[in-house]
Amino acid sequence: MPFIPHTEEDIRAMLKAIGVGSIEQLFDEIPASLRNDRLENVPSAMNEMDITRLMSERAAHDGTYLNFIGAGAYEHHIPAAVWQIATRGEFYSAYTPYQAEASQGTLQVLYEYQSMMASLTAMDVTNASLYDGASALAEAVLMAVRTHKGAKRVLLPLSVHPVWRRVVKTIVRNQGIELVDVPYCAEAGHILPDALAQFKGQEIAALVVPQPNFFGVLEPADELTDWAHANNALLIAAVNPLALAILKPPGAWGAMGADIAVGDGQPLGIPLASGGPYFGFLACRKSLLRQLPGRLVGATVDTEGKPGYVLTLQAREQHIRRSRATSNICTNQGLMVTAATIYMALLGPDGLARAARASHTNALALLKDLTAIEGVERAFNGPVFHEFVLRLKTPLALLLKALKAQGILGGLNLAQDHPELGQSLLVCATETKTAEDLRRYTENMARIVGKHFRTAPCALKPSPNKF
Amino acid sequence: MLIFELSRPGRRNPAQAPAAPGGECAIPPQYLRAAPPALPEVSELDAVRHYTALSQKNYSIDTHFYPLGSCTMKYNPRACNHLAMLSEFLARHPDAPDDTGQGFLACMFELQEMLRDVTGMAAVSLAPMAGAQGEFTGVAMIRAFHDSRGDTARREILVPDAAHGTNPATAVMCGYTVREIATDSDGNVELAALKAAVGPQTAGLMLTNPSTLGVFEKHILDIEKIVHDAGGMLYYDGANLNAILGKVKPGDMGFDAIHINLHKTFSTPHGGGGPGAGPVGVSRKLVPFLPLQVVGQVKDEYRLLGERDLPLSIGRLAAHMGNAGVLLRAYVYMRLIGREGMQRVADFSTLNANYLMAELKRAGFDIAFPTRRASHEFVVTLKKLKEETGVTAMDVAKRLLDKGFHAPTTYFPQLVPECLLIEPTETESKQTLDAFVAAMKEILEEARTQPEVVKTAPHTTPVRRLDEVRAARELDLAWKKPA
Repeated sequence: MPFIPHTEEDIRAMLKAIGVGSIEQLFDEIPASLRNDRLENVPSAMNEMDITRLMSERAAHDGTYLNFIGAGAYEHHIPAAVWQIATRGEFYSAYTPYQAEASQGTLQVLYEYQSMMASLTAMDVTNASLYDGASALAEAVLMAVRTHKGAKRVLLPLSVHPVWRRVVKTIVRNQGIELVDVPYCAEAGHILPDALAQFKGQEIAALVVPQPNFFGVLEPADELTDWAHANNALLIAAVNPLALAILKPPGAWGAMGADIAVGDGQPLGIPLASGGPYFGFLACRKSLLRQLPGRLVGATVDTEGKPGYVLTLQAREQHIRRSRATSNICTNQGLMVTAATIYMALLGPDGLARAARASHTNALALLKDLTAIEGVERAFNGPVFHEFVLRLKTPLALLLKALKAQGILGGLNLAQDHPELGQSLLVCATETKTAEDLRRYTENMARIVGKHFRTAPCALKPSPNKF
Repeated sequence: MLIFELSRPGRRNPAQAPAAPGGECAIPPQYLRAAPPALPEVSELDAVRHYTALSQKNYSIDTHFYPLGSCTMKYNPRACNHLAMLSEFLARHPDAPDDTGQGFLACMFELQEMLRDVTGMAAVSLAPMAGAQGEFTGVAMIRAFHDSRGDTARREILVPDAAHGTNPATAVMCGYTVREIATDSDGNVELAALKAAVGPQTAGLMLTNPSTLGVFEKHILDIEKIVHDAGGMLYYDGANLNAILGKVKPGDMGFDAIHINLHKTFSTPHGGGGPGAGPVGVSRKLVPFLPLQVVGQVKDEYRLLGERDLPLSIGRLAAHMGNAGVLLRAYVYMRLIGREGMQRVADFSTLNANYLMAELKRAGFDIAFPTRRASHEFVVTLKKLKEETGVTAMDVAKRLLDKGFHAPTTYFPQLVPECLLIEPTETESKQTLDAFVAAMKEILEEARTQPEVVKTAPHTTPVRRLDEVRAARELDLAWKKPA
């Protein structure tokens, strides 16, 4: 029996010890009318060889593409050591460190992670992680409203990732919180501090500032932070952690710094993997600590004075406070954070800054090459990090399909989420792209844009078939 | 030793990072960081040795029996991890077009179908990223259902007092108030209390079955009728699905919304506390409210359904489609054990729990609900032992660490004094269970003859008992560079 070690002799001895004649008898408290062992949609068992064959075929069928999509999930090189260590059984198959003495490995990793993230964001404290960046932003909104006591209005700019905006709505919808759109400047692609004048004098719990924003453009974070504080609102920063190797960290924004910083930790050593698992981080200033949701690890000593680590301030959490908890969250993304910690340790401040700088350089080079093509324009003139929006005359669905036929994923079509931008494409280049990759993209783009009305794209990739 | 203490200025890993880029930085100086973050500067060997050494300070399923009640710490097959980490799966961008991920989406669609079948629900969404998020989703759908009918007076969620803390915390996040229902001496929900509690204000009841007390809720059919007759909905917390897999379907018990912990029943790794996955299943009434994204099959193609397909959906829960890599591991696990393996999970987890319960009882331990069958777990109470010897449940738990076992869950469920909630799972052998019983017997003996040894345990772990009060009072949540 797969993964069940019992021999016939074991079973007999165990039943005898229990005092029953069969395993079936152990289920005699369940009403007979509820018993149902029909399973029509679960196929018969496969052995490891056959499932390996099946999964390998499916993976090979999906293949790999030269990818220029970013939009919140970024392709970075992950050193081999990261996942070899993170998937060691002692990390992989342990649980939440309830027994601290038997979980010092996990606990110390989390403490080191909290230390690294606090430094990267320049915030006082971070928790041990949340599910992902979008849900971390929702938790930050709830945290700000709890802290503010009074205002339930939160300014959520249109330059925040559109799906993150939707996730926040889903999660805070039933708590009477009002989410208000803030426009972005159509030329610059970021929020203009002047656009906030309309909210002056209103009771506002928080302003969210993405950095870089969904369009890859840098927001004037200092001015926006000072505006929030002058208007008695908290400032929630939503940041790319890898970018923080070179960008001003939220704790240093404006005169007083951001109050809460969140983001998706995926760029720190987590593979794209069709969307997850990633992890969210949530950092804040010390005065907000009691409102911080999620696990926290603290340093302490044992009975012999030896340093050690424990889960702390658990009185905020659901298993103690039940309906009065700060959140219903009861785990973090432990394994993802383990990988991110190893990733940050391997890269160090210099390696992380190089990855960020190389991404920036590649993006600028690609932007320059692509906008040299007739009919391809830069949509916004604000400064960018490693992602930018292009405006095109070519029908985007056709263009992306033609690029895909050449094995290239050309970017994210913004038509659905930002129809006001016309035919716009969000394009990202990270340090993983070579000069040859950029050339290949540019040449294909030039060819397709140049002839899109004349000929259909040639299909090089096989069309999908059914499994 | 912290990784920061290994750091030496200028030590680098040039092979792992890109070359320092030439060319100008086009980011205006006011956007740039003034000083680098205080990340460690260590060699690859330093990092590998440090984190390998840390891993060795953990107890884990791969190294120790881990009978943590309510957590289903079963063996995580290595094939699941290996196959979920095939390079093409890892490289795929979440916003890549659906036709570039038909192999991946085929797995997701089939996983949805298998989960739908084993739970007996009308439809499943894989979106929630953890059990608690699954609970949130379920209750949010119940609220969306009532609201869609204009039935807005229903503002109260009922939970048994034995429930996980996530249940009441979730109800509050959905804008509900919570009323707790008492448990009878047999471990069942008190029907009289439930009848008295339901009314036009009842939005629903959240129930775990088998319950957190390790017993099957005998009156489930009465409970279903009482709640539904009052116009409420039934929410199933799938924490203990392992105990009834392939034998009883939550859908047949009348539940309207459920979540499944893939990291419990379907053997995805716990990872030191996540990532998990908490797919939800719904009855026909709640299908329109399912969270996004759902995998659909249109003609011969799989695609992710969005807002246009499910306009009444409660919405998105994550930036992408949930914890995809965890879902792949669960898919591989389900294919490996197959149809015939589902029921065996319930059979052997139940056999192991009842055997362990019988043997511990024989060894002199008090069982909290001695007249009941154990589900896949059971509760031991050490109230008498504490009265006799001063040794607490926590002491016994810590002493188990010395004997080479991870401790069971302690002090939960909160209703039972000095309790241990013990869940052996089906992947453990009789020989392992016997060794655990022998260790428990030794501890019982020690408690009576040399209680100090137990009270000061653990003695052999990397650290001795840790000062939690100091950790909370003198908060140290991040390492600071010495001045």
